[in-house]
Amino acid sequence: MSDAKSSEKPGAVMAGVTQVVNWIDARMPLVETYEYHMSRYWAPKNFNMWYLFGVLSMVVLVNQLLTGIWLTMSYVPAGDKAFASVEYIMRDVEFGWLLRYLHSSGASAFFIVVYLHMFRGMMYGSYRKPRELIWLFGMAIFLVLMAEGFMGYLLPWGNMSYWGAQVIVSLVGAIPVVGADMMEWVRGDFLMSEITLNRFFALHVVALPIMLIMLVFLHIVALHHVGSNNPDGIDVKKHKDENGKPLDSIAFHPYYTIGHDLPAIVLFLIVFCSVVFFAPEMGGYFLEPPNFEQANPLKTPDHIAPVWYYTPFYAMLRAATYPLFGMDAKFWGFVVMVGAIALPAVLPWLDRSPVKSIRYKGAISKGMLAMFIVSFFLLGWLGTQAASPFYTLLAQVGTAGYFAYFVLMPWYTRVEKTKPVPERVPA
Amino acid sequence: MSNGEVNLARRRFLIGATSVVGGAGVVGAAVPFLASWQPSAKAKALGAPVRADVSKLRPGEILGPLPEWRGKPIFVVKRTDAMLDQLEALEPMLADPGSARPSQQPSYAANRWRAREERKDLSVLIGICTHLGCSPKYYPEVGPQAFDGNWKGGYFCPCHGSKFDLSGRVYAGVPAPSNLEVPPYTFESDAIMLIGEDEESA
Repeated sequence: MSDAKSSEKPGAVMAGVTQVVNWIDARMPLVETYEYHMSRYWAPKNFNMWYLFGVLSMVVLVNQLLTGIWLTMSYVPAGDKAFASVEYIMRDVEFGWLLRYLHSSGASAFFIVVYLHMFRGMMYGSYRKPRELIWLFGMAIFLVLMAEGFMGYLLPWGNMSYWGAQVIVSLVGAIPVVGADMMEWVRGDFLMSEITLNRFFALHVVALPIMLIMLVFLHIVALHHVGSNNPDGIDVKKHKDENGKPLDSIAFHPYYTIGHDLPAIVLFLIVFCSVVFFAPEMGGYFLEPPNFEQANPLKTPDHIAPVWYYTPFYAMLRAATYPLFGMDAKFWGFVVMVGAIALPAVLPWLDRSPVKSIRYKGAISKGMLAMFIVSFFLLGWLGTQAASPFYTLLAQVGTAGYFAYFVLMPWYTRVEKTKPVPERVPA
Repeated sequence: MSNGEVNLARRRFLIGATSVVGGAGVVGAAVPFLASWQPSAKAKALGAPVRADVSKLRPGEILGPLPEWRGKPIFVVKRTDAMLDQLEALEPMLADPGSARPSQQPSYAANRWRAREERKDLSVLIGICTHLGCSPKYYPEVGPQAFDGNWKGGYFCPCHGSKFDLSGRVYAGVPAPSNLEVPPYTFESDAIMLIGEDEESA
C-alpha cells in the first residue's frame, strides 16, 4: 500500500485505491495497524514447523465459528427434539452432514493444534519473561475451549453426551459444603434435563465464543507488543539495524504468511478434509458410539469415557482413590484434576533456568519433558479405558509423572548445567 | 467554586461513594442473572412419588423397567436369604457398614439391610453413584468378575470402578465417598410400593 503511494505512474484504479486508503487513514490507523501487525512485524528468522500451530488454531477457530453458525440454523435445543434435529441435519439438510462433520472433527482438530501449540511454548520457553501474559491469555483460551467443547458435546443429546455431562457437572458436587446446591444451580434441575441443555446451548453458541474471540485478540495484542520467541530462545531484539529492525528477524508478511503458513494451511486442510470425508468418527474417538443412541436418564453406557482431548485429565480424576485429611477421595479427584489443568498457568514462575529453550537446557530438563510427554500420553490412553485396579495404579504413576514435571521444576531448572546461548541466531 | 484548587479529600470521598453505590448496583443487578439458574417451578413440580408393583418380582431379581423418581433411576431388588446372610461377613471391607450418614437413608433404613425391618428382603436404592452420578450396574452373581476377583454380589459403577454391596453400601478404597442413597418409601399394600414418600415425610 505504501508502494502505491510512491509509484511514478499510478493507474486510474490504483489512484482510486490510494484515495480510499488515505480517506480511511485520516479517520482510523489502517496502514499503521497493517504494518504493525503484518508487513513490519518482525518475526525471528529461525521459526520451524512448531510455529505453525498458532495460525492453524486460527484456521480451525474460523471453521468452528462458520460451521457453528450454520448448524444453529437447523438445530433445536429441546429435550425431545435435539437428537432428532441432529439426525435431520445429517440426512435432510443440504450438505448438513458436511457442516456437522466439519464442526465435530474441527473440535478434535482444535485440541490437536492447541496442544501442539502449547507444547511448543513449553519446549522453547515461550512463557518466560516478557511473555508471561501471552501465556496466561493462552491458558484462559485453553480453559474456555475446554468448557466450549464440553458444552457442545451435550447438544446432540446422545446417551454419551448425557452421561458425560452428568459426570462432569457432578464434579462440582465434590466441593465441600456448597457442592450439592451448586450442582443443582448449574443444572437448573435435580438431574441433567432439557433445562440444562438450553443453558449449555446459550453458553456454547453465544457467551463462550465471544469470550474466546476476545481472549484470542488479547493473546495476539500481547504477542505483537513483545515479539515472538524462537526455537533458540535468543532475544532477537538485542541486535537491530539502523532502522530498528532486528537483524535476525524477517517481516511476518510476506515471508511467514506466504512462505511458511500458507503451504502449511493447505497441507493441514488436506489432512483435515481426509478425516472429515473418510473417518469423521475416527473409530469412536471423535464421535463415540453410544452417542448414536438418544439420551437415556435411566441407563449409563456400559463404558463411559470422555472425548479423547479430556482423557488425560479424566484419568487423573479417577486416579484419586484414597481419602486424606478427612476429605473423601471424590474431593481429591476433583482437586487433582483442577490442579492438573491449572498448573501449567504458573510455568513462567516455576521455570528458574537461565536459558529459555530446551536446546540449551540440561539433561534433567530434557528427561523431565520426556517424562511429561510419556505421562500425558499414558494418561490420555488410560482415560479411554474402563477402570481396573492395574489401570488405576498406572494412572497414579502417570499422575505423579505429570505433577513432578511442574512441581520439581523450580529445583531442577536451577541445579542443572545449561549450555551457553549464542548472541545471534545460528546460521 | 474556586478554580485550580483541588479538594483531594472531597474527591476521594466522591470516588469512594460512587464506587460503593456502583458496586452495590452491580451486585444487585447480578442477582436475577444468577438466580435464574436455580431449578424453575416446573422442574420442582416434577418430584411426585411413584408406585412400583413388586408382586411379580422373583428372589434375586431387579425390578425392570427401572422405576423413575425425580428423573433418577430406582433399583428395587428382592434379595434371597443367601444374599442377606452374607451381608454381615462383608462389613470389614465396607467404608460405612453401619449407615452412619443420615443423608443417605431414612432412619428406618439405617441398618445392615438398608431396608424396612418388616420387608428386609426388598432393597430400594437411587441408582445414581455417589461419586459422579453414573448409574451403577447390578451384578448379583457371586464369583470372579473383571473388576473384582472375589466378588460377593452387588453394584459396580463402570465409570470409575466404585463398588457397592447388595445393600448399596460402598466398599472402602473406591472413588465413591458414601453409600447409595435409599429414597423414602412405604408400602401401600404387599404388592404396591410407594417410592418418594413415607409416613414420616407425608
